[in-house]
Amino acid sequence: MKPAAFAYERPESLDAVLKLLSGRRGRAKIIAGGQSLVPMMNFRVLQPELLVDINRVPDLDYHRVEAGELRIGALCRHTTLRDSALVRQACPLMHEAYQWVAHGPVRNRGTLCGNLCHADPASEMPAVALAVDATMLLRNSTGERTVPADQFFRGVYETAAREDEMLVEVRVPLAPKGQGWGFHELSVRKGDFAIVAAAATLRLDGGKVSEAAIALAGCGSHALRPSQVEQTLIGRTPDDSVLAEVAAACAAAINPASDIHGTAEYRRDLARALVARALRDARGRCG
Amino acid sequence: MDEVEIRLTVNKKERRARVMPRLLLSDFLRHHLGLPGTHVGCEHGVCGACNVLVDGVAWRSCLTFAVQVDGCEITTVEGLGSIKKLHPLQEAFWEEHGLQCGFCTPGMLMVACELLAKNPNPTEDDVREAISGQLCRCTGYQNIVKSIMSAAQKLRAASEKAA
Repeated sequence: MKPAAFAYERPESLDAVLKLLSGRRGRAKIIAGGQSLVPMMNFRVLQPELLVDINRVPDLDYHRVEAGELRIGALCRHTTLRDSALVRQACPLMHEAYQWVAHGPVRNRGTLCGNLCHADPASEMPAVALAVDATMLLRNSTGERTVPADQFFRGVYETAAREDEMLVEVRVPLAPKGQGWGFHELSVRKGDFAIVAAAATLRLDGGKVSEAAIALAGCGSHALRPSQVEQTLIGRTPDDSVLAEVAAACAAAINPASDIHGTAEYRRDLARALVARALRDARGRCG
Repeated sequence: MDEVEIRLTVNKKERRARVMPRLLLSDFLRHHLGLPGTHVGCEHGVCGACNVLVDGVAWRSCLTFAVQVDGCEITTVEGLGSIKKLHPLQEAFWEEHGLQCGFCTPGMLMVACELLAKNPNPTEDDVREAISGQLCRCTGYQNIVKSIMSAAQKLRAASEKAA
């Protein structure tokens, strides 16, 4: 339960961080909050040669609205975002989902960007990122690129970020006016990773659905968004029976695995129940 | 893997040390500084027994490397009160039977300390939320909640008296 030896660097500029990552072929790891990384190091699942601590890099701990997006920097902690009035307004789904994320001391350290890079299949925030069409800003020592959330999550603990890249910012489009949202989850203990979690947003036009998003965690190797099922909501009146039908279609579209916390069949049934609840909440909050 | 020099303040006392980067803060406090009040349960961030305050904020010391807190101010359970003069939280845990085996107690005290600094008048729900990341295997949660509510009252009374 003790990590293997590693070298430690604590650069004071982003350039220096990116330089340290280049040419290491994955043997260097960034530590921000360390709330997922250090357990893996303690278990020796991960044994990086070099740990690059970004906690003293200036100007990474921010969240602000810029160019019509909520922009969240690499050192912005869960606690800050959970308590933020700005997040509540700009991305109410994220605010709602944060009520389910981890526990105080873990949120004090953990960062949103670190959480997304860790890409735990049962984590809440990747599902939120998918549902709100977030964009990841990745940077390496030679330049930067953006990757949409639906191309970022690739597998269990696997993302599109290359070994020399750092997720420097997450960009979230501002919630459109009148959009309703919902988030429901079942976990063994509140704050633990979800067995299944469901996120949903809806917009109505004249009582009929004009936009819909649904995302799930805990139902596959990464968070997923059953886009084809969402589309079946468009143009329909979202009464309970329609929402139940769509939730059932989501459950049919996923292929969850069985593990110690539940069988595939149980997870599918949870997805059905939780998607319906999230959609009903979203409907009730449409303006 | 070279040792790194760190300087920090622990329970108001200046400390200097040379540590390997892999050394966990929990082990640094217990083995290098001889402060065994910080307990080590799971060593992967689940049980919360190892919580300490870093610049007033509760952290898991088993998920922190000692090198990371270079320049920081740490408070451990030893920094709360003494045998002769218990901290109001410690006093309340004693009076309300907030501990049985005592293993989870240091972690409980540190999150309670953070909670009451931020929110001197918490509801029972606030307290339950604050300790939700702490495991008590004696399952003595009811009395822990009672203890923290009682400590809040003591601290409020003391600050009213001082005002």
